[in-house]
Amino acid sequence: MERFFDKELDKFRSDLSIMGAKAIEQVRKVTEALVEHDVELAQKVRDADNEVDELEKQIDAEAIRYMTLRNPVASELRLVVVGMKASHDLERVADEATNIAKRIPRIAEEKPLKDYIDLPRMSEIAIEMLDDALEALFSNDLEKAKAVLLRDKEVDRLDKQLYRELSGFMLENPKVTTVALELMFISRSLERIADHAGNIAEEVIFLIHGKDVRHTPVKKILKED
Amino acid sequence: MNDSTETLQQTPEITRKEMDNPDKTDFRQDYISFRNYNFYYGATQVLFEVNLDIPERQVTALIGPSGCGKSTLLRNINRMNDLVDGIRHEGELLIDGTSAYDPTVEVISLRKRIGMVFQKSNPFAKSIYENVVYGLRVAGRKKKSTLDEAVETSLRRAALWDEVKDRLGESAFGLSGGQMQRLCIARAIANNPEIILMDEPCSALDPVATGKIEDLIHDLKKEYTIVIVTHNMQQAARVSDRTAFFYLGKLIEYDETEKMFMNPAQKQTEDYVRGRFG
Repeated sequence: MERFFDKELDKFRSDLSIMGAKAIEQVRKVTEALVEHDVELAQKVRDADNEVDELEKQIDAEAIRYMTLRNPVASELRLVVVGMKASHDLERVADEATNIAKRIPRIAEEKPLKDYIDLPRMSEIAIEMLDDALEALFSNDLEKAKAVLLRDKEVDRLDKQLYRELSGFMLENPKVTTVALELMFISRSLERIADHAGNIAEEVIFLIHGKDVRHTPVKKILKED
Repeated sequence: MNDSTETLQQTPEITRKEMDNPDKTDFRQDYISFRNYNFYYGATQVLFEVNLDIPERQVTALIGPSGCGKSTLLRNINRMNDLVDGIRHEGELLIDGTSAYDPTVEVISLRKRIGMVFQKSNPFAKSIYENVVYGLRVAGRKKKSTLDEAVETSLRRAALWDEVKDRLGESAFGLSGGQMQRLCIARAIANNPEIILMDEPCSALDPVATGKIEDLIHDLKKEYTIVIVTHNMQQAARVSDRTAFFYLGKLIEYDETEKMFMNPAQKQTEDYVRGRFG
């Protein structure tokens, strides 16, 4: 039976989807700014962060209102709770994009250490993970959510690889320390963005099964239904 | 003081606002207005200095523990308490700016402007059709096409038409509890009232029938000012725009429903909506 307030949940989903698209766009743009040494674009990313912040507040307000007035239970309650958590993750994703944007002017002035290959690759995977996690959320797709969890390792591996490589550059030539450190932080930000995608995927599993899989080894999660 | 003698003078005709105006800010915020209102059953005072403005075309919920005066307040709006011996009131009750106790206001005319739905559905021992047109027949309407139209319109507004259109001539007692309650709502709105009062309209219904009535209430507020008494906190939260909390005959707090249920200003309200009263 449809209820008169069902459209409020539709709007909640839709706002979450808009926020997801906005957060992903921030990651995409900041990666482009990094690769292209585009300081102006980096500034645009910083300027747009408050839009994502506002969406987080709006989604929280919608969720609290829905819980206050509509008395959601079962899967509907889980959706509202998961939506709030996912919006927090998305806000953190946009914050990491802003952190990267802040570092771009500092490295844009310096000579590049090497071509950017791993960082854009990490960004690409993180964006795919975010896309998939959100799609899993909106379509209740358990398999897709699990697949996102599996991909987190790829990003972790690239982050560690970059860490070793950049450490090597610093040992070889201490003059590049500043740039290398900035790149390490950027790598860590991208790794965190992928972590947030993983969080959303875990939240989707809670949404579908009501089971809290946080802090559980991925292998064990994948074995379970 | 209450003057229970009904005058024969005509009620001043009050024109209903344009129905299709979706902007609620254009509507009166004090459509029903209690001002310094006290009410007594004999020597017992049951309402104390109530000041309450009920906005037009919104749903206002009256909540509070049993005996708090919420039903008494509701029944003052259509002067149903006039039927009780020994009642009296002090202060003012204005409906769309006119005193409900104005000597020029005939109580029958007042009640025509105000439909009422009770806790237990109370269809008459008549057909579905005759239940809906009862008020119109009493008012002297006879033309079949007018009555037919009123039946269809009212049943449609009460979200019952599709379920009963093929059996309008059958007894109303053959309907389910939820359908009977919607029939009573159809009967109330057939007279084209401005206000609908509801006294625990869902307490005898199962969750599905309750859901239908709640959706209907939400729909009806586009055209009517609705005041609902309910013991069901979740229902008050779901259907109303504003909520008034009464305790021991006093209006403790009155605000937007979201505020009342999320962050009430008074501790008594907080305790009551959390179910930790007393």
